[in-house]
Amino acid sequence: MAYSTKVIDHYENPRNVGAFGTSKEVAVRRDIGIGIVGAPECGDVMQLQIKVSEQGVIEDAKFKCFGCGSAIASSSLATEWIKGKTVDEALTIRNTQIVEELSLPPVKIHCSVLAEDSIRSAIEDWKKKSSAIATAAVPTSS
Amino acid sequence: MISSKNPIYLDHAATTRCDPKVVEAMLPYFSERFGNAGSRNHQFGWEAEDGIEIAREQAAKLIGAQSKEVIFTSGSTESNNLAIKGAAEIYARAASGQSGRGHIVTAAHEHKAVLDPVRRLMREGFDATFIQPPMDGVITAEMVKAALRPDTILVSIMWVNNELGTINEVPAIGKLCHEKEIIFHTDATQWVGKMPTNVETDNIDLLSWSGHKIYGPKGVGALYVRRRKPRVRLEALQDGGGQERGMRSGTQNVSGIVGFGKACELCRNDMEAEGVRLLAMRSRLESELVKRIEVTVVNGHATKRVPNITNISFGFVEGESLMMGVREIACSSGSACTSASLEPSYVLKSLGVGDDLAHSSLRLSLGRWTTDAEVDAAIEMIETAVNHLRRLSPLYDLHKEGIDLSKIVWQSH
Repeated sequence: MAYSTKVIDHYENPRNVGAFGTSKEVAVRRDIGIGIVGAPECGDVMQLQIKVSEQGVIEDAKFKCFGCGSAIASSSLATEWIKGKTVDEALTIRNTQIVEELSLPPVKIHCSVLAEDSIRSAIEDWKKKSSAIATAAVPTSS
Repeated sequence: MISSKNPIYLDHAATTRCDPKVVEAMLPYFSERFGNAGSRNHQFGWEAEDGIEIAREQAAKLIGAQSKEVIFTSGSTESNNLAIKGAAEIYARAASGQSGRGHIVTAAHEHKAVLDPVRRLMREGFDATFIQPPMDGVITAEMVKAALRPDTILVSIMWVNNELGTINEVPAIGKLCHEKEIIFHTDATQWVGKMPTNVETDNIDLLSWSGHKIYGPKGVGALYVRRRKPRVRLEALQDGGGQERGMRSGTQNVSGIVGFGKACELCRNDMEAEGVRLLAMRSRLESELVKRIEVTVVNGHATKRVPNITNISFGFVEGESLMMGVREIACSSGSACTSASLEPSYVLKSLGVGDDLAHSSLRLSLGRWTTDAEVDAAIEMIETAVNHLRRLSPLYDLHKEGIDLSKIVWQSH
């Protein structure tokens, strides 16, 4: 199976690789949402971290991926697409758009699904953390 | 600089280039010697028959057999099918359509061309035991002994595992089977031509091998069928003109058989020197990779392996992406990311290799034209690709933070 040139480009020059700190550091950062989806025994693990402003804008995104070339390309592309978007806008991204952009063959559709899941999962995590601030803030202010 | 148009071929366990000497030997049988070996009344037929009989001699010599004991087939898959189904049908303990027809012993990490015929027989009234290999992948006579039953009629254990290169204890398993008067078949596709073989001292009744794994053409192989002590009988799978002692009807693939014979002869002539050369290259390949890249594991037994195959897992890196990173190397991976099942190699899994490491494996297999320079280049390319992918790997980060990956609850999809 031949890879599309876009997949090869993302594989060779992945965008926004990294993390905003060690797993312990980012776990307590309230401005950061973390999505980790997949499992090593399935052959893919995607980790997406988003840095979100108080206004709900994704200011920065970083990814790491254990998986095939298409999984790497899907997560790299996802970081490009969500940067600068509000969380609500980011939630409208669909895996089919990733499939189309990267010309993924049918056997690789699950890679795009995983990328969409990682976006949802990271935003959910951020929402949970920021609502925890709001509830935590209530008793101290009263 | 090696261009990606001519990748380094390290997939000789999948297939090999046909030796030019083999091609040369075959060519006349496409043109002037085009006869049907079954034409007993004219020169064209005699020439074809002579070509086949010379090949039969060459094939027999490679495995220490009599030439009459060699049956030409289309390859190992057919040889395995003929051996397993053909023997089961003859040695069955109950008539077709009944249950309890007999017990067959094989191993869980055999090739599909053995497992699937056995599974078909199970649907047709036979029982089977699939021995679970130990971590080192080596099946011993003791393991086979423990699996035998009073109604065992057939044991089929491959000589060398195709994914790992590990060597099973074939002579000892054969001895055991002969003592118990059980027919013993071995799929020797990855052994014959590389390692010395003697069906007499190795106690083999049925042995399959293939042309294209030993620098011969594709579409031709052979099955050794013992003629005395015991005389092994097989039910043919294909009926017709009664060629190949009635066990494999159909006009013989004369040119292919001639090439197969030549390939056997060439392997026999340089087996010893080639074995030494390949082992030196493979040892360097393995030791360099293990030395340069942390969490790198050679799968299967350390020494009980044929000299040309290695199967290595690079922790925290997925095999298919690794192959993408080393596009200049033609090899295979235990990762099954392209398969619909998402299941990694059943061979590695049967050894108890974790799914994550099974997904992280490469099989590299060297051959007749592999050079030291190619091995050096491969080492560099693999190291670079693993480092690139570990920079991307969330699992590698967790490993560096000292987190045990097996303790994490993953959000499986």
